[in-house]
Amino acid sequence: MLLNPAIMALILVSAVVVLMLGMATVFAVQVLRHWDISSGSEQQLILERRTYLISTLMSWAFAAELVSLLLFIYNAESMSGQFVGAMCATGVLNVNAWGWPTLFMKITLFFTGAVWLTLNALDNQGYDYPLIRLKYLLLILIMPVVMLEAYLQLQYFLQLSPDVITSCCGSLFSANAEGVAAEVTAVSPAIAMWGFYVSGVAVIAMGVIYLLKNQGATLFSLLAIVAFGLALVAIISVISPYIYEHPQHHCPFCILKSGHGFAGYLLYIPLFLATAAALAVGVVGPWQHIESLSMAVKVRGQQLVRLSLGMFILFYLLSVAYVASSNLVMQGVWW
Amino acid sequence: MSFIRRQRYLVDYILSSMLRRKGKNFGLMLVYSLIVFMLASVMLFTHALKQEMGLLLQASPEIILQRMVAGRHDFIPETYLEKMGRIRGVTERKGRLWGYLYDPSVKANYTLMVAEDQALDATEVIIGSAIARARGIVPGDYITFRSFDGESYSFQIKSLLDHETEIVSADLVLLNRKAYRALFGVGEGVYTDIVLSVSNAREVPKIAEKLVQRLPDTRPILKQEVLRTYDAIFSWRQGILFVLLAGAIMAFVIFAWDKASGLSAEEKREIGILKSIGWETSDVLHMKFWEGAVVSLLSFFIGYLFAYLHVFYASASLFEPVLKGWAVLYPQFQLIPSVDGLQVATLFFFTVFPYVVATIIPIWQVAITDPDAVMR
Repeated sequence: MLLNPAIMALILVSAVVVLMLGMATVFAVQVLRHWDISSGSEQQLILERRTYLISTLMSWAFAAELVSLLLFIYNAESMSGQFVGAMCATGVLNVNAWGWPTLFMKITLFFTGAVWLTLNALDNQGYDYPLIRLKYLLLILIMPVVMLEAYLQLQYFLQLSPDVITSCCGSLFSANAEGVAAEVTAVSPAIAMWGFYVSGVAVIAMGVIYLLKNQGATLFSLLAIVAFGLALVAIISVISPYIYEHPQHHCPFCILKSGHGFAGYLLYIPLFLATAAALAVGVVGPWQHIESLSMAVKVRGQQLVRLSLGMFILFYLLSVAYVASSNLVMQGVWW
Repeated sequence: MSFIRRQRYLVDYILSSMLRRKGKNFGLMLVYSLIVFMLASVMLFTHALKQEMGLLLQASPEIILQRMVAGRHDFIPETYLEKMGRIRGVTERKGRLWGYLYDPSVKANYTLMVAEDQALDATEVIIGSAIARARGIVPGDYITFRSFDGESYSFQIKSLLDHETEIVSADLVLLNRKAYRALFGVGEGVYTDIVLSVSNAREVPKIAEKLVQRLPDTRPILKQEVLRTYDAIFSWRQGILFVLLAGAIMAFVIFAWDKASGLSAEEKREIGILKSIGWETSDVLHMKFWEGAVVSLLSFFIGYLFAYLHVFYASASLFEPVLKGWAVLYPQFQLIPSVDGLQVATLFFFTVFPYVVATIIPIWQVAITDPDAVMR
């Protein structure tokens, strides 16, 4: 293992987050067993007070997870000098089998956290906490995910030995290689771009419908998930080659480097925010019929859908701008 | 908008509340800043050292080729240059002559190196500034070296090496080829090692492979490897210091917990009054969040600022021996100031995050107190 401060910080954070969620889970079990809003007993009072503690704990835990996702990628990027064959984060994540799963778990946790916090905020708006059982049940389900993430990350860092010769983006994101990354890379640019634009138009249209008519929240969320996936495919298959101005370079991490104007952050941050907000819309939407929440659902749903739409539009505009302003011309080859 | 206004009022309130209790908050911030200061000093210093190494090695040759005899580094015959043949991608190759010389008068080793491009006479040398300091000599003076057979040779100091390169040239003596051969008794036709310049960094591993095939008794040392090793070593030293400082962080966490839970009667009454005039538990939590944010950010910036001054203007006098290592002829150098985002983020996780986690429960306990219980 490498005794590197950033690695120590990441391990520390996941350990503390597991601890925080552990406390929250213990309490969640108590709520599921004893919660009775109509009761005025001492125990109910204690439970109600504890919900504040849990909200705070969870907000911090997920905020920490979000920062740790960024730190994880940034750290992988900066460690690329320490491994033979690594030129960017891809190479460092490839050093052992645990790298990619850790990253995917961190991304999953980011979205899960966004969803849970939205649900929690919504529930706190209703005077009778109508969703309390659901949200604490979810919390208990999130616990294993957090533990798994901490375990994967620990394994990844413990088995990070600097004498491994790793393979980097040049071979992983190459159309001739095998595996998911290669499959994505080999997607024909035309198909990738069609999927990208169609899903983009669909998700924005659905968002506008929700904004105007207040219905179709779930469909909007589902479309956003599809658009998110297709956007990642398009970034790997088409957009990043345009940013690198190199038709064979498909790496989704090298665009995070300063040499490319940190284009990656400009693309990924709006995309992730848009998707997270869209998921939150899907979580908020279905509770319109609960009397104590209907007003909150309306207000919050509108806020979230505006955020999501804004971010999606920003993301699509930026992507198009990168392709349009690139010096790479693929007319006649790709189109 | 109303959200922002609300937060502004909360910040406003908490600032005036904190100013009413200067002593307590000052103590906390002092300790907090001190923790940030220590960790930030370590980080800034190692980062600057790493960067310094990277800059220095940029000009060094991509491959150094050494001959091994019985597992030990030995002189490499001139003929190896021809035996190696032309290798595609190598732009320049030349033999180097260097060695170490022990000087009993300062109890230190000098690095002697032949400099062909300096046009030195057989009796002239150029020396590094640390040697000049240790021996108290200036250009124009003479310096005497004892050769391998006990003879003494005197050299006139032509000039000193540039101060800016001191981190690598502190103990360096540049001299003429003839003088080198006379001092060490090394015959003609051999070099200490051979250096190769390669213009495309991606070709370096392949060239190294070819070298080992053609000259099986040699060992190529790649610049990339040297850089990688330095990177790992400095990260590791930094890590060790962090582990040692973990105790201090733990103490700080306990201190923060204690400060947050041990509220004075006056503070409790304040919260009781707030709640009785209509503040909700979540408002109190928000207010306390802002208190934490103000304390954390202020301490973080103060600590970081002092660490910056400490490292770049006071040569990191507190951690120097651990992180730099030591030697008789130790270079004196000024580091180039640089701040790195990853370092700041890591530092944030080591200081602010533990503080936040330590204060969540005490703050919550304060926030849920019943107004009547504290005002009674």
